[in-house]
Amino acid sequence: MVKFLPLKQAVAENLNDGDSVAFEGFTHLIPTAAAHEAIRQGFRDLTLIRMTPDLIYDQMIGMGMAKRLIFSYVGNPGVGLLRRARDSIENGFPRTIEVEEHSHAGMANAYEAGAAGLPCAVFRGYRGAGLAAVNPNIKSVTCPFTGEVLAAVPSIRPDVTFIHAQKADKKGNVLVEGIIGIQKEAVLAAKRAVVTVEEVVDNFDDLHPNLTVLPRWTIAAISVVPGGSHPSYAHGYYARDNAAYLEWDEIAADREKFQAWMQANVIEKSADDFAGRVDHLRKAA
Amino acid sequence: MSDNPGFTPNEMMTIAASRALRNDDVCFVGIGAPSAACNVARLTHAPDITLIYESGTIGTAPDVLPLSIGDGELCETAVTTVAVPEMFRYWLQGGRISIGFLGAAQLDKFGNINTTVIGDYVHPKTRLPGGGGAPEIATSSKEIYITMAQSKRGMVEKIDFFTSFGHGEGGDHRKRLGIDTAGPTLLITDLAIWKPDPLTKEFTVVSLHPGVTRQQVQESCGWIVKFAEALDETPAPSELELNTLRDLQARTKAAHEGTGKAKAA
Repeated sequence: MVKFLPLKQAVAENLNDGDSVAFEGFTHLIPTAAAHEAIRQGFRDLTLIRMTPDLIYDQMIGMGMAKRLIFSYVGNPGVGLLRRARDSIENGFPRTIEVEEHSHAGMANAYEAGAAGLPCAVFRGYRGAGLAAVNPNIKSVTCPFTGEVLAAVPSIRPDVTFIHAQKADKKGNVLVEGIIGIQKEAVLAAKRAVVTVEEVVDNFDDLHPNLTVLPRWTIAAISVVPGGSHPSYAHGYYARDNAAYLEWDEIAADREKFQAWMQANVIEKSADDFAGRVDHLRKAA
Repeated sequence: MSDNPGFTPNEMMTIAASRALRNDDVCFVGIGAPSAACNVARLTHAPDITLIYESGTIGTAPDVLPLSIGDGELCETAVTTVAVPEMFRYWLQGGRISIGFLGAAQLDKFGNINTTVIGDYVHPKTRLPGGGGAPEIATSSKEIYITMAQSKRGMVEKIDFFTSFGHGEGGDHRKRLGIDTAGPTLLITDLAIWKPDPLTKEFTVVSLHPGVTRQQVQESCGWIVKFAEALDETPAPSELELNTLRDLQARTKAAHEGTGKAKAA
């Protein structure tokens, strides 16, 4: 049953060295605070899973925490490349990393299959694409009814998924709205799920009946971390800090600059620092 | 090109690309140059165009160009926002997209695109972001438009990696792989408009932008360029088109540099 915990404890209780872990969020609601807590606790040999491993995986890879990366777009969205991830893939710095690369359709289908309890996902994909030749986990199956050859990839079943969401009610049910991305599938595909939220409200009685609500019994732990998605955003709470994404390109370009930034902004900080980072991004309304 | 045509090659590219879009298109929009072109179309001749970004936003109408495919404005102005698996399964794979609009890091003359690596895949010289949604956009959309600025590094005889499949080796290669969509039907660069030869599927220049010479097109392209026999001149941007694009870019710049504050101001 879900527990409300301080983030430090929620991460410590649910993440282990060597785990496969998804910190999901498709541009919106990225669980930055949870990722930073994992960095502070210094986990090792993680298999990092995410469709769009942006800044937080660049940071975790740069800190040497990842042995394997499963992904479909290893870029800084709208800005360019992820320079710590590049350094690891191109130069083995700070350690070599195995990569398993998919398309978005492949990853999205694989998460959905994981949530559905299936061993693999079947879809019309990778036709003529080079990835099928370099990723042994991209295979094909023939439709038994029509004979059409379709792509098959293994389902994604993380040991633990972290997401950020707008709010929980007092019982621990969680609401996600706006660009909902792959969060529901990533939670339901995982053995354990940890959610950071902007706030806790008494109840969800006034919500539209079809909103994306994750029932409390699908979640292991909830931590209240206002601003916990920065520099990503939380629809209805604060805007995306696009300037921070542009700045990251410079910080991550240099190994020493990166280390200094991580020391000052992650290692020596805590989850409580996130609220102040979004003050200027909160909407007037 | 004349000294002062009143617009830049990049502006001409975006506007020429916007003109290719129709009011009833359902367009899967790539970030960057495609996004600018699609929104200029929406703000000029195609007000009812359906723009879809892969973050799940369907029928979006942003006031500023998004920095990423998942900026909040895309969701706030959309007809509806769906989960990412639904986006790729029902809307793209389901055959609802008329135009997939892509950019490219590397492109060959058959419209095959590389955004994955420069050099060897396992030991790349440069690791690029990868395909994201592109591999399936390229084969599940009814047609593909591509837009990019010309350069010898970008337009190459042989791409290093097939991120997304265009016409492969040309001819009926798509059909041989069982792909029944049209693939790349249009390439708009900063210098010209290109269309695939009906038989070989090799991109052929059909229209030069105002003031551009054949030589300029060849000098900034890594393959031997074929030109159509009847070569058109692309109409120069109208005042409305230029003003629309420049206003959009000014709003975008202010919003992204100043983050949320400037946007509210």
